[in-house]
Amino acid sequence: MRKMLIWLPLALFLAFFALFAGGLFKPDDRVITSKLVGQPLPGFALPAGASDRPALASTDFATGKPRLLNIFASWCVPCAAEAPQLEALRRAGAEIDAIAIRDARDDVDAFLRRNGNPYSRIGLDARSSVQIALGSSGVPETFVIDGKGLIRYQHIGDIRADDVPMILDRLKDAQ
Amino acid sequence: MRLLFAILLLLAPVPLLAQTALPPAPYADRQIDDPALERKARTLMETIRCLTCQSQSIADSNASMAGDMRSQIRERIMAGEQPEQIRAWLISRYGDWVSYEPTAAPILWPLWAAPVLLLFAGLILMRGRIGKRRRP
Amino acid sequence: MIAEAGLAALWFAAALALLQLVLVAMGLTGRKDELLAAVRPVAVAQGLLTALAFAALVTLFLRSDMSVLLVVTNSHSMKPWLYKFAGTWGNHEGSMLLWVTVMGVAGAAVALFERALRRDTHMATLGAQAAISLGFYAFLLFSSNPFARISPAPADGQGLNPLLQDPGLAFHPPTLYLGYVGLSVAFSFAVGALLTRRVDSAFARAMRPWVLAAWVLLTLGITAGSYWAYYELGWGGWWFWDPVENASLMPWLAATALLHSVTVLATRDALRAWTVMLAVVAFSMSMVGTFLVRSGILTSVHAFAVDPERGSFILALLAIYIGGALALFGWRIGTVREGEPFELVSRETMLVVNNLLLSVILGLVLVGTLYPLLTEAFGHKVSVGAPYFDRIAGPIALGLMVAMAAGPLMRWRRDSAAAAGRRLLVPAAVLIVAAVVVGLLAWGRIGILPYLGLVIALATAVASVTPLWRRSLRRTPLFTWGMVIAHLGCAVSLAGMASDSAFTVEKLVAARPGDVIETAGWRLRFVQILPRAGDNWTALQADVEASRGGGSPTMLHPQARFFASPPTPTTEAALLTRWDGQLYVVLGQEADAGRWQMRIWWKPFVTLIWLGGFLIALGGALALVGRERRGWVLKWRARRAVA
Repeated sequence: MRKMLIWLPLALFLAFFALFAGGLFKPDDRVITSKLVGQPLPGFALPAGASDRPALASTDFATGKPRLLNIFASWCVPCAAEAPQLEALRRAGAEIDAIAIRDARDDVDAFLRRNGNPYSRIGLDARSSVQIALGSSGVPETFVIDGKGLIRYQHIGDIRADDVPMILDRLKDAQ
Repeated sequence: MRLLFAILLLLAPVPLLAQTALPPAPYADRQIDDPALERKARTLMETIRCLTCQSQSIADSNASMAGDMRSQIRERIMAGEQPEQIRAWLISRYGDWVSYEPTAAPILWPLWAAPVLLLFAGLILMRGRIGKRRRP
Repeated sequence: MIAEAGLAALWFAAALALLQLVLVAMGLTGRKDELLAAVRPVAVAQGLLTALAFAALVTLFLRSDMSVLLVVTNSHSMKPWLYKFAGTWGNHEGSMLLWVTVMGVAGAAVALFERALRRDTHMATLGAQAAISLGFYAFLLFSSNPFARISPAPADGQGLNPLLQDPGLAFHPPTLYLGYVGLSVAFSFAVGALLTRRVDSAFARAMRPWVLAAWVLLTLGITAGSYWAYYELGWGGWWFWDPVENASLMPWLAATALLHSVTVLATRDALRAWTVMLAVVAFSMSMVGTFLVRSGILTSVHAFAVDPERGSFILALLAIYIGGALALFGWRIGTVREGEPFELVSRETMLVVNNLLLSVILGLVLVGTLYPLLTEAFGHKVSVGAPYFDRIAGPIALGLMVAMAAGPLMRWRRDSAAAAGRRLLVPAAVLIVAAVVVGLLAWGRIGILPYLGLVIALATAVASVTPLWRRSLRRTPLFTWGMVIAHLGCAVSLAGMASDSAFTVEKLVAARPGDVIETAGWRLRFVQILPRAGDNWTALQADVEASRGGGSPTMLHPQARFFASPPTPTTEAALLTRWDGQLYVVLGQEADAGRWQMRIWWKPFVTLIWLGGFLIALGGALALVGRERRGWVLKWRARRAVA
């Protein structure tokens, strides 16, 4: 008994060591994903976020065709950086709706004039309440919503040029 | 304390996240008039983890999203929701991570059992040392 | 030149550490006294060289030598001199240099001043100290060179993180490091004693002052850090149970347990294996803390420049030193005889209870801190924060307080339950009265933990001064005073914590100049808001006139500051301290046209938290002086008797 006890501290340390080594060498993953992936889009109805696009509600999604839902903001720098990729997606046939977070319509208009407007509908989420309901933790993020209104995929961070084919695949999978 | 550790940490200056110019949501920094409800909300906010700053609670964060979450929590408490309902709702969005209070998920059972196990192990260790009277 | 001299000093120090290790190893195994005779001078020279290297880095920072990479990335010529000075250790390389400097100087001190220890154990201890130092020299020289040059030299540096630009930086990290790394001496003592198989009360008496000194500094460092975070972060909190904070608490918990078990070993020659284990654990916790903080595996957050190479280097050091010491423990401790068992009613038993509870809290903090890492390995992200630690460690800490109050009122060896009960009568009566009075006054308004905290704080405050009852205060030994004051400090600190969490009043307002805000008996008039400029910052400053009960008003100046290099906003809270608490005012953002967001807290008796921490450290210092002075007096008497 005492014999075993004597070696217990070393054994415990080795366990901790394994934990540390595992933590050190595993790929760094600090991203908080939405737990709603695979579940229906929560209900919402937002006012229009831009002067030349209609408003956005959750009922706009269950139309039988998969769509992209882009979470962005006019004050967000990476959002401007991903604008060309969204434009490329739109040209490839993707239908993109957007929610502008903590924004004002004038600012969104100016942002879209500068960076192009790939969106069909834009909702204005002035208090991030839909963002929170979606389990989204920042801007920009992009969700793939299938034709039945189920969330199929969440892309966190700006879409890079090499992400575009993957997003298109996800859209196709969501048919 | 965290400051100091900033040093240990070699806090590279955290880049300023661009934040919105919109004023904070109505109840982000405004208390509920009823002190009992405010206390409920405050207790809950202290245990919800800020998403954009990661190692602070939303009660202690200047991030705009934390302000929006505070406002939403206060408004829901005023509407009669219970703190644990709101916590469960947030967990259903962001997972167990969002709650500083560990949940009762099976993966957390060992954590809740730890105090009992440790005390028990300690008492067994102690038993050998105490109480036996051996007189020469 | 200075940078090269510093680097050379570091290399020489490393070479001396290697020499020291070799001398000890050959001297002890071959019983060559002439080799061992060289060990102490080498240890002293090594300490001097590290101090020299550190002085070189300080000089580079003070002179803003922009040809040195570290100065460029962490300093700026426009900075006030205090922050240039303190900026030396406000970064990874500089703080690691401080670490090895403390280690080298502590080793030199052990070589110079340790007289009580057996010679072979003393030498083995110095060998162990050299072995640990060697690893950290390697770390510094091979992966974190503080003296690296940059060419071409830029015109100016990038500045220091504004959160660190506070006088606290000058005092707090060095103190904490002295404590953290001072524990390496206890570690080396334990390894030395394991090597020579001399774990006895003489060993404990020799080790105690070193443990005590490190513990005093650690206590001061943590207390100061907690206050610093409290006023600098602007959220009115003083402890967040953040992984990095936990990393600093764990060595303190282990050192506190060690301090008490070493007393049992010194007095009763028992708890040998346990004491050695704690001495190993205490410094191991320092190293684990350093690893957790620097490898970035826990402190998630974004922008920390996390370097996997450094992380793996420290991890390797952990494996060598902690693994090595624990293996040595397993190998050797079987030959160390345990002492007699204790009587149930005795001071020893209370000290064992103290050790048990401290170790359980330590274990819980460790498990709670690392648990998210464990679950992540299974693909599940969780958070373990204040609600867990408060709820789980809180009650155990309260139990610990009770043991702390009762322990000093028990006799060593054997006590009669009846006599001990009589001595505990007054504190027990206070406990009951306090429970009733606090209960009547505040029941239903405060939580159960703060309630128990207040009641137990009152009772333990009385109990901790009871050992002085009916004693001639002038003839009470200094170390008894030390114990009494340290225990009183725990009660005082607990009272502050309980009062803060039970009675703090928070007020959030959006006010425009001219508005009057009333809260918790205070009347605050928001006079005006004006821009201000400092050396390297600009700020908006509010003038707020605070008064209470018709007394004369005091002007408070909370600021929202903006630092230019690197560009960072900070809040500078305004604090008004009164005997019964602190008023804490923070200026926030502009809410809407002309109205400013303000957070105001009235925190009754919150200052007791840090006053208690200071008393704990003071008590430790008195005990240290008391023990040492008694040693000097005895030696002097012995010498006179011989003459």
